[in-house]
Amino acid sequence: MAFTLFILLIPLCVFLLLALSGKRLSAGVTGVIGTLGMAVVAGLSCFSAYRYFFVIGQSGGNFPALVPFSFEWLRFTDTLSIDLGILLDPISVMMLTVISTVSLTVHLYSVGYMRGEQGFQRYCAFLSLFTFSMLGLVMATNIFQMYVFWELVGLSSYLLIGFYYTKPAAVAASKKAFIVTRFADLGFLIGILLLSYCTGTFDFGELTANNGLLVIGSTTGMAFLGLSAASWALALIFIGGAGKSAMFPLHVWLPDAMEGPTPVSALIHAATMVVAGVFLVARMFPVYYFAAHDVLMLIGYVGAFTALFAAVVAVTQTDIKRVLAYSTISQIAYMMTALGVSGFSGPDGLGYTSSMFHLFTHAFFKALLFLGAGAVIRAVHSNEMSRMGGLRKHLPVTHVAFLVACLAIAGIPPLSGFFSKDQILDAAFHHDKVLFVALWLVAGLTAFYMFRLYYNIFWGKERTYEHKPREASWTMLVPLGILVVLTAVTGFFPFSKFISSDDMGYAAGINRGVAASGVAVALIGILAARMLYRKENDRPAQLAARMGGFYRAAVEKFYIDEVWMFVTKKVIINCVARPLAWFDRHVIDGVLVDGTGRLTEKIAGSIKGMQSGQVQYYALVFIAGALAVAVWAIYI
Amino acid sequence: MSILSLFVLIPAAMLLCLFLCKGTKAIRAVMVAGASALLALSLVLVGLFVKERAVSDTAMLFTQDIVWYAPLNIHYAVGVDGISVLMLVLSAAVTFGAVFSSWSMSRHYFMWFCLLITGAFGFFISTDLFTMFMFYETALIPMYLLVGVWGTGRKEYSAMKLALMLMGASALLLIGILGIYFTSGHTTMNIVELAEQQIPLAHQRWIFPMMFIGFGTLCALFPFHTWSPDGYASAPAAVSMLHAGVLKKLGAYGCFRVAVSLMPQGAHEQAWIFLILSGAGVVYGALCAVRQTDLKYINAYSSVSHCGLILFAIMMLNGTAMRGAVLQMLSHGLTAALFFAVIGMIYGRTHTRDLREMGGLMRVMPFLSVSYIIAGLASLGLPGLSGFAAEMTIFVGSFQHPEILHRVLSVVATGSIVITAVYVLRAVGKVFYGPVQNEQHLQLTDAAWYDKIAIVVLMAGIGLIGLVPSSLYNLIENGLGPILRQPGAS
Repeated sequence: MAFTLFILLIPLCVFLLLALSGKRLSAGVTGVIGTLGMAVVAGLSCFSAYRYFFVIGQSGGNFPALVPFSFEWLRFTDTLSIDLGILLDPISVMMLTVISTVSLTVHLYSVGYMRGEQGFQRYCAFLSLFTFSMLGLVMATNIFQMYVFWELVGLSSYLLIGFYYTKPAAVAASKKAFIVTRFADLGFLIGILLLSYCTGTFDFGELTANNGLLVIGSTTGMAFLGLSAASWALALIFIGGAGKSAMFPLHVWLPDAMEGPTPVSALIHAATMVVAGVFLVARMFPVYYFAAHDVLMLIGYVGAFTALFAAVVAVTQTDIKRVLAYSTISQIAYMMTALGVSGFSGPDGLGYTSSMFHLFTHAFFKALLFLGAGAVIRAVHSNEMSRMGGLRKHLPVTHVAFLVACLAIAGIPPLSGFFSKDQILDAAFHHDKVLFVALWLVAGLTAFYMFRLYYNIFWGKERTYEHKPREASWTMLVPLGILVVLTAVTGFFPFSKFISSDDMGYAAGINRGVAASGVAVALIGILAARMLYRKENDRPAQLAARMGGFYRAAVEKFYIDEVWMFVTKKVIINCVARPLAWFDRHVIDGVLVDGTGRLTEKIAGSIKGMQSGQVQYYALVFIAGALAVAVWAIYI
Repeated sequence: MSILSLFVLIPAAMLLCLFLCKGTKAIRAVMVAGASALLALSLVLVGLFVKERAVSDTAMLFTQDIVWYAPLNIHYAVGVDGISVLMLVLSAAVTFGAVFSSWSMSRHYFMWFCLLITGAFGFFISTDLFTMFMFYETALIPMYLLVGVWGTGRKEYSAMKLALMLMGASALLLIGILGIYFTSGHTTMNIVELAEQQIPLAHQRWIFPMMFIGFGTLCALFPFHTWSPDGYASAPAAVSMLHAGVLKKLGAYGCFRVAVSLMPQGAHEQAWIFLILSGAGVVYGALCAVRQTDLKYINAYSSVSHCGLILFAIMMLNGTAMRGAVLQMLSHGLTAALFFAVIGMIYGRTHTRDLREMGGLMRVMPFLSVSYIIAGLASLGLPGLSGFAAEMTIFVGSFQHPEILHRVLSVVATGSIVITAVYVLRAVGKVFYGPVQNEQHLQLTDAAWYDKIAIVVLMAGIGLIGLVPSSLYNLIENGLGPILRQPGAS
């Protein structure tokens, strides 16, 4: 499987080529290089998935973890070093196919979407950089390698959100995204330091071997504030994951990240990078399950709360990309919750399987939603729902694609979202009824806000457009088509056969009761949206008025941004950084340094009179001195 | 004659040539030829060193020893280990960049410039305490004139402050050196010989803090750092580069080579004091940088923070953290030099360094903007650039320390990675992104060819350390060995 190295090298080379040649390559050539490179990567990824799952397959009952390539990059101590390598196991191979497929569709789509934009070369270079970093992240053999690529995806996200760098909103959003996730990464880093201090290794294989025995063994007896060292380390690592995966209260950067070009939102902020946190927890799952079960439960609750919170906010937003952003937060939180409610081994680990399954299906239908939204935005030149309506006649293909995606995310059979969501609900139902109810409500809300979006864009009253909205070009429609197919069929994959908490396949069925309740609540949501938004009427306004303060709070995203603003601007900058800068200027420098200078001057000033230059004065002192010496010599 | 003496002779020869030639072209030719020779020589030295090291296991290589003043046993003694070789390469690279970034300066400026680098190179090759001290002073005095005469803003004040604070620190050093000489019970000034002796612990207790503070002041040890923001702000670009890139490393190297390696027990006992000071400096410098509005002040405080991390790592007294410290010396040297070079080039065009008066420069001068962003990313520790390898080695090393205080302080120091991101991205967002603030800036030109040479050389170093940090492993490890084997080091 050594050919998997090319999966990493090709995007890296494309990045270097495009970054160094810059504007010397035309936009057309750049698009071809980027797309072709990604097509090869996608082909290799699918081939490696085929090889891994069907040719090498299960040996000894489970899927083996392969490391076809690894070298020591930076040595810290005799036992600790950052190795860069490739780890192939069921979840990393699954992620390879997701990342490369979505990246390919996004590359192709971008050729049409970004036509005529300044700096397409830069854009393509950054996309390749992102793809390289993301692939490196999922194939990491050790936690520090993951951190390395984790930072690199953060950089590419920063660069792409700020692609329109002359727009102040985009600059602010990119900065916010980087700093919020960096803050979370600090937790990740400290977690890694603590974990490696205890266990003496970064390697995933060693950490997760024998049900996390190493972690349990090395941290027994170490506790702080009632939590074991393992729990602290894993909770800190989870903070890193929560930052990238936009868990409450670190989610604030993701909606703002929608300032980036729409295909970027589809790739980075919907399908791949934002699920890195889920992937991280899944990668360390045995350790979480056996060594820090309390943290795993916390993950479940944080996930469920975030899912509900984001779904409520999504219902009230009017910018279509922001609706999708909150929807993404909510769906990722769904995956997190699934990990939180998972058991270990066999059918008991359904939560784990379903989390990965939902990650897989969500990547395709959410990318489809974003790319569809991009086609709509391109046609009407606005993100605002109020500027859209009746577009189904103008954009028939986009309309169908978007409808398929909406049905999938709402969980309507036989589309893919139904299968993965049903498994998550099933896992939650057997584990924790409170979380089940929360997720069930989220399922209803999801269907409602997605169809609110759908009806507002494609139905409702037709607006007056500047020019007649036109269907997108083929480069944009082909990716939509590919994703429609994937959205429709991926649900039928026997996912649990391949991906399970202990890497031993099992057969997971459909729990009819749970499935029926899930579909029922989704249908209720869809019908409610149909009643309110299919034809323009004043019912939504009335409903909003009746909700009063709660509705307004939801529109304002429950003021979480304001709270962060207060903490960072008012508390940290104004109460810490500014006084410190003042202290440095006026106390350390003003009093101590300049003070010493002034003191020296003062002393000099008071004694300089003695060096007056008057010979008589000197003579007087000389004689007085001589007399004093004489007196001293004679009498003493 | 040892090859090492060339590092002092070449700058001295450049100085001599500058006395003789007058024309701008001739001056540039002398400077470029000299700087290139130094850079080439330092790279050759790396090769020779690796070859020689394989067959020899003495502490220092390429040694030479000439008695200079017999009554006090002062010798002109030179020699290098892996760490000083790296410092020589760093100095040569920064000097090379600095020459190209002071393209339009006068003859007298370059004369002081040559004297300064003579001192800096001499310091790194010396193995005699007194000779080392003399070279140290040789590097400092030209600094006063370079800032005071060719600087900008409140240059007289800054130059005076810089010179007085560093002179004060060197007074401590002189007392410390005499203390070492008279208490070691061994009449030698040679560092290698002294390191084999045990200075009595009672004396280490007072000499160590003097030496550490003395050298530490030059490396901006909190709270003796305030010369640095004013000094950097007033100094011409190339002088800021040399100061942040090379002179601060003199301080760090001195702390390491003299203070810690000659007085390991003293260092061990007092480590906690200096860990708290330097750890505070790491966070304090970063927080102060967040509020600055002058690009040079931002980077001066940033430099306080990053150099604090070097001292912090040295005082951890373990192999990994110290290796990180050496990497951080290289990384900070190159990054700070790149920063000040680019800021100087921008200032030369816009005539302002105030964040609030600039904006959208990416559109006007893409090369300089991208260079600044790369320097920023290196400084905030992006993997693949030098800062990451250095900082992570320090953090992992210091967190492996058995004492809880050291680990808590390491966690405090890691906090700087977030604050660094804040001030770097703030400056990048204001100056390079957004709409163009000043219509006149639209007329400005991007980097000239000589600017590009300076930038590319520094960037290559940053990339090299960042991408293949393991290539330096053996060189550093080799220099650290003798220090770590001493009693008292953990």
